Amino acid sequence: MATYDFIFDSLGLRSWCGEKTDATMSMADLLRSRSGQDLTIWELPFPSLDNLHDACPAIAQTRGLTSGLESGFLTVKDSLQFFLDPITQPLSWLLNGALATFDTVPWWLMIPALLVVVFIASKSWKLVSLVASFILFLAFIDHYDYAMQTLAIIFVCSFICVLFGVPIGIAMSRSDGLQRGIIPVLDMLQTLPPFVYLIPLIFLFSVTEPKLYGIAIILYAIVPVIRLTNLGIRLVDKDVIEAADAFGMTDQQKLYRVQVPLALPNIMAGVNQTIMMSLAMVVIASLVSAPGLGVLVLRGIRNLELGVGLVSGLGIVLLAIILDRVTKAALARVNTSQQ
Amino acid sequence: MSQEIKISIQHLYKIFGDDPETAIEHVRAGTGKADLLEQYAHVLGLQDINVDIVAGKITVIMGLSGSGKSTLIRHLNRLIEPTAGEVIVDGEDVLAYSEEQLRQLRREKMSMVFQKFALLPHRTVLENAATPLIVRGEDKDSATEEGHKWLERVGLQGNDNQHPHQLSGGMQQRVGIARALTSNSDIMLMDEAFSALDPLIRTDMQDLLLELQQELHKTIVFITHDLDEALKLADHLVILKDGYIVQQGEPQEILLHPNDPYIIDFISDINRARVLRVRSVMDQGKGKPDNLAGDVDADDNLESLIAKSEGDTQICYRVMSNGKQVGVLDMKDLVKALVPTSAPEGSERASY
Repeated sequence: MATYDFIFDSLGLRSWCGEKTDATMSMADLLRSRSGQDLTIWELPFPSLDNLHDACPAIAQTRGLTSGLESGFLTVKDSLQFFLDPITQPLSWLLNGALATFDTVPWWLMIPALLVVVFIASKSWKLVSLVASFILFLAFIDHYDYAMQTLAIIFVCSFICVLFGVPIGIAMSRSDGLQRGIIPVLDMLQTLPPFVYLIPLIFLFSVTEPKLYGIAIILYAIVPVIRLTNLGIRLVDKDVIEAADAFGMTDQQKLYRVQVPLALPNIMAGVNQTIMMSLAMVVIASLVSAPGLGVLVLRGIRNLELGVGLVSGLGIVLLAIILDRVTKAALARVNTSQQ
Repeated sequence: MSQEIKISIQHLYKIFGDDPETAIEHVRAGTGKADLLEQYAHVLGLQDINVDIVAGKITVIMGLSGSGKSTLIRHLNRLIEPTAGEVIVDGEDVLAYSEEQLRQLRREKMSMVFQKFALLPHRTVLENAATPLIVRGEDKDSATEEGHKWLERVGLQGNDNQHPHQLSGGMQQRVGIARALTSNSDIMLMDEAFSALDPLIRTDMQDLLLELQQELHKTIVFITHDLDEALKLADHLVILKDGYIVQQGEPQEILLHPNDPYIIDFISDINRARVLRVRSVMDQGKGKPDNLAGDVDADDNLESLIAKSEGDTQICYRVMSNGKQVGVLDMKDLVKALVPTSAPEGSERASY
């Protein structure tokens, strides 16, 4: 006897519902039938799909929803793959290329090259020496290869985030409608637990392909650069825009001569956030075969190797400090040059 | 002196709101600004504006904040689209212009100076001054050369490679003026250009503008809320209130014959002796009174004449213009002219 039998009986829907098969009995049913008591009002279950199904088998179970979603996804999967595979293939090439480059260039070339980049970005010897000491420390404790793999992935993913994020942000700043449409998507990308979009990605792409984790990282990290580009351009002083109009600038001149340069501090702040978020995601992405320090963290969790987990965690913190300081120093230079 | 009309504004209306087309019918039927806002939720920006702006002169549009003066000046280069009316520049209706023609107008015929300077903060002073030419696509060398020339002309030497934020407000506005001059346009629109500057700098800038104008003879439309500034600069003065023109004309004329309590209120505080000129208060004619004490120029202001007469009201002066006598000024008339037109009882000021 199910709780909601009376609804279907009184509505005369019994025949539509079909025969009940009492083959399975839940533990709760069993206990209730043993105690011989009827359900009191205090125990009335919510008329959910599962409870209604008990009374009327024609009504689907909640299990049907999730499995329906799954089979629906599986049916469109092939056609999705047909489109997405070729489009995303360059991402695999880029990631493989970057990983190979960071792997093959010997450390005595790589470290100085990185330090030169740091100097160009920050123009600060203090920062260069800090970065040098961090990298040398990581190399000294044999984490150099892992750290370089992580860096390679971050470079590629952040580059692609900026490549797509800035134009999307600019487009958003120019159209209120587009902004209204995109903001919920960005909100969703930011709030959805990153593990959740790993699942459909695993269905779509092979776990052996780097683009799988590449896409996961990009989806997660692209949000701030889009948001802050949009915000930065919208915040550009209206008076300056008006002056640009008054002197007859075309939309393109306005964009490249006024809006983007004036929004640059905000865009750079977005890039900084994007890099930090790719670093966070690259650790999670080690679940789907992303190489780097994340693999060590994962090993620490899986095998309960406390030391391995802690040291690789420290390595990630050091990388985070390096990336944050360097991008902030670059941002500060942009800021002082224009106020 | 030619009186060629450079810009003619005719029956210009601007109504802000969702449905200005319907609202304008109410305005034409006589609904005032306050009623329009209350009953139809539309803001009346400008109401039947008719102004002819003479080439080579300074036309000052004056009004308090909210009177629509900044809205009006933005109609001239269509930074704001009017609801109805015509703006005719050099015989062509600007409102019929395509986007491309409009851009051409803004690039070559009209330049603008802004209250908040609106310089490009990431560019050097020189690049800012050269902006109009760079925007037009001229090559960078000749553009910066021109920019440099005008920067020197407005008194900025050696600041070329600084950024705007390194300069004081007055200097920034000099860059703003240099930028407008670099475009070499006939028309300069100045939107409260000196209002953000402190009084001494403002006087300097006014003098600079007058000096430049003597040489360049641009058609200048100048917006201000400051009557002293308006009277100092204006060849033609337009006084706006709540979006309509209260009175327009030669400033001397407005000062001596204000036609509205609002204007009487406005002018009651100013130093009339400094603003009024001999030609406005003299008797026209070639008479030669006995107590003639000397010659004065028609464009001298009364203050200088009082100083010259050492306060003696018993004497007369012969008024000369271009070496010819144009009239006679009795010092008694001068003193009478200094008495302000009195504000009527219960005038506008009571309500402020």
